[in-house]
Amino acid sequence: MTIQLLAFYAFAAAMIGAAIGVITVRNPVHSVLLLVLAFFSSACLWLLAHAEFLAIALVLVYVGAVMVLFLFVVMMLDIKIAPLREGFARFLPVGILVAAVMLFEMLTLIGLRRYAGVGPVPDAATAAGLSNTEWLGRALFQDYLLPFEIAAMVLTVAIIAAVTLTLRRRANTRTQDPAKQVLVRKQDRLRVVQMAVTGKEPQP
Amino acid sequence: MIPLSHFLFLGAVLFCISVAGVFINRKNLIVLLMSIELMLLAVNMNFIAFSTYSGDVAGQLFVFFILTVAAAESAIGLAIIVALFRNRNTINVGEIDTMKG
Repeated sequence: MTIQLLAFYAFAAAMIGAAIGVITVRNPVHSVLLLVLAFFSSACLWLLAHAEFLAIALVLVYVGAVMVLFLFVVMMLDIKIAPLREGFARFLPVGILVAAVMLFEMLTLIGLRRYAGVGPVPDAATAAGLSNTEWLGRALFQDYLLPFEIAAMVLTVAIIAAVTLTLRRRANTRTQDPAKQVLVRKQDRLRVVQMAVTGKEPQP
Repeated sequence: MIPLSHFLFLGAVLFCISVAGVFINRKNLIVLLMSIELMLLAVNMNFIAFSTYSGDVAGQLFVFFILTVAAAESAIGLAIIVALFRNRNTINVGEIDTMKG
């Protein structure tokens, strides 16, 4: 048993345990933290599979950004947990049954024994004399440039959608409206009145 | 060396755990979103395993795009949850029945 295989088992066990924890623990905050652990173990597994760039991207993007967003939302919302847990015990046997049947079907369909002897081919990036990041980058910016641009569009649309969904205008706040400020004209603000001169006559 | 079957088995187990999570946490929107994230992770695991074990770059690039779309999806999902909580003061799927679905 090589050191890679040992590391694989350790990270796989951590990931499966964390995933089971995510769906069973009571407190959503703990659930998010366990999800972070699952993602982190998965990043380590991807390192073992020679996908270095994606492993680091998973840690940076997922653990660093998306999970923190989850944590913010979970902590910001004042959730009453008890009503959310009702039906947990009732649906637990169904969930386990469905998962077990599905796992059996998937494993039968894949036919694991067929892949048991399949080892990694010599790393394609190393064979080309490139690092994993450069290997991915060359393919991404040469052959997959259009999907890359579309992905950027998707992210932009997602930003706009998320901001629009959560933006709310409250009536009683005092804020400046630059559009109205710019539209002001002189005659709206300044009024010249003609009035008779009063006071003493100037002395000759 | 790690056989390919190990990665495939791990992906299948992870996917089934997240399906069970959708079943048993059907009232809690946040845990539902997290189960979907786990499903995407399981799929990514398979993509990466096949990419490495066949020396093809397409699998890893696909994972890259899945990560992009999943980040967008969870950002919008969380925004919807925040908006929903502001309006209805609940994230219980059982109480969200305005559309009579």
